[in-house]
Amino acid sequence: MKEIASMHHVEFSYDMEEEESSPMSTKALNNASFTLYEGEWLAVVGHNGSGKSTLAKLLIGLMFPSSGEVHLFSERLSEENLWETRSRMGIVFQNPDNQFVGSTVQDDVAFALENNGVPYDMMVKRVQEALEQVKMKDYINHEPHHLSGGQKQRVAIAGALAMHPELLILDEATSMLDPQGREEVIEIVKKLRSEINLTVLSITHDLEEVLLADRILVMNEGQVLMVGTPQEIFQQGTELEKVGLDLPFALRVSELLRATGVELQGNHMTEEELVNELWTFHFSK
Amino acid sequence: MDISLQQVGYLYAKDSPFEKRALQDVTATIPSGSYTSIIGHTGSGKSTLLLHLNGLLKPSEGIVQIGDTMITAQTKGKKMKEVRNHVGIVFQFPEHQLFEETVEKDIMFGPINFGVPKEEARARAHELVKLLGLPDDVLQKSPFELSGGQMRRVAIAGVLAFKPSVLVLDEPTAGLDPKGRKEIMELFHHLHKTESLTTILVTHSMEDAARYSDRILVMHEGTAVMEGTPEEIYSLEDQLHSFRLSVPRSVRFQRQIEKMSGQRFDRIALTEDTLAQELAKAIARKGERPC
Repeated sequence: MKEIASMHHVEFSYDMEEEESSPMSTKALNNASFTLYEGEWLAVVGHNGSGKSTLAKLLIGLMFPSSGEVHLFSERLSEENLWETRSRMGIVFQNPDNQFVGSTVQDDVAFALENNGVPYDMMVKRVQEALEQVKMKDYINHEPHHLSGGQKQRVAIAGALAMHPELLILDEATSMLDPQGREEVIEIVKKLRSEINLTVLSITHDLEEVLLADRILVMNEGQVLMVGTPQEIFQQGTELEKVGLDLPFALRVSELLRATGVELQGNHMTEEELVNELWTFHFSK
Repeated sequence: MDISLQQVGYLYAKDSPFEKRALQDVTATIPSGSYTSIIGHTGSGKSTLLLHLNGLLKPSEGIVQIGDTMITAQTKGKKMKEVRNHVGIVFQFPEHQLFEETVEKDIMFGPINFGVPKEEARARAHELVKLLGLPDDVLQKSPFELSGGQMRRVAIAGVLAFKPSVLVLDEPTAGLDPKGRKEIMELFHHLHKTESLTTILVTHSMEDAARYSDRILVMHEGTAVMEGTPEEIYSLEDQLHSFRLSVPRSVRFQRQIEKMSGQRFDRIALTEDTLAQELAKAIARKGERPC
């Protein structure tokens, strides 16, 4: 498998000058290492302050590690290759209202292309394509501010896609949306993954989003606590609750059922699995 | 403090070319001491409604009654201040409103503005820090040194500091992690009971509305379309769907099982705990029946 991004023993603290006793001097990242492979969807989870946003900032070169290395597209990230590297990735942030520059949807999507000197004809084509991909083509001349939260984030994704990125980073991109908006954005990411060869790194609190990922990386107190498939990670159960994470609905209900004395065969991640087991072993007899 | 809305309407930028109707003919009652959730799709008018509850907006039409104070389009600004003395609002991301040098000063700011003597305001700040489960030593720290969750608690303390009898919460858990969300919701539930508050929660989470509130008000296209207990509201799934809302996951799961097994549960599963209990009962019933 080809490597897209990786961190090697990365350390980072926001203020190294401060005294040891100050809460700010604790390390935001402490010996963090992980690898992201081409074409995979990696979800990064962890409670507020666990270091996941710091991880994202280092990955896009907003800051550099105090020690250790960040690699992107098989090169070590440095001040020199920063701009070239960034042009190969797209980033969507948390607040849909903070990332618009254009006065219409198409201007906004074209912004990065324009900055990179893409010829006009090519630009028009790419904007169309990208809006098509996020199902926002009908809104091409709309004002971004009049869109719903989910639509805004889809336009932001289109802006990233227009640059044909190899890596898409979603930094809590669904956390400020209502349930419907969240669903819309997740649907689009799912769709994109089936259509184009896109590697996705999403930082999120949303468990349903996490369950769709290929692998999950759990951050705690600046360290990579565990990495694995959703199945492997959620098997840890109470371990996850200890680090401030929630368990998926089906798993929580399974636990509660066991506590009332109902026997269940497995640990169910999804509602479908749980319904199936309840039906097969308890209701269809 | 009872709150009632009688045929309330509101227009943004009234009498201008940009006039836009946000509320129309809203009639609803929020009884004193109740915990009411306001739910509705984005753009349904929830936030506009909320701004009427402490006099930040005056209705363009109709009457907003808060306790003994009546607010109409004609009400003068001075009267609105009286209302704000009783109604506290915790906005989304309240920590953005922190500004003082120390946590203590920040919490004291509100009461002092409302004419509370300094020493009394200080004493309240100390009480509140305890009540919100913050360590004592935060009082002399800058609010900006604290973690996100702590900052939010300090901001909430600032609202509680002038002892409102009505507490209005606008998505108070937005942006928090699951543990932080649960802690803050449990905290408000605790305050609701111990301080005998009237609590109004604006939320997108059907689960929170089901778990914590005793009444639910549904907003759709600027008007109040449903009002009732969580049991009543969440029993009307089709109606909710027509307002682009859904039932809590536990209810959705319950319906699926009911359909599959052909037996109805005794009660609606508003929480996961109830769901598990009812499921266990249904399974036991199934076992007793001869095949």
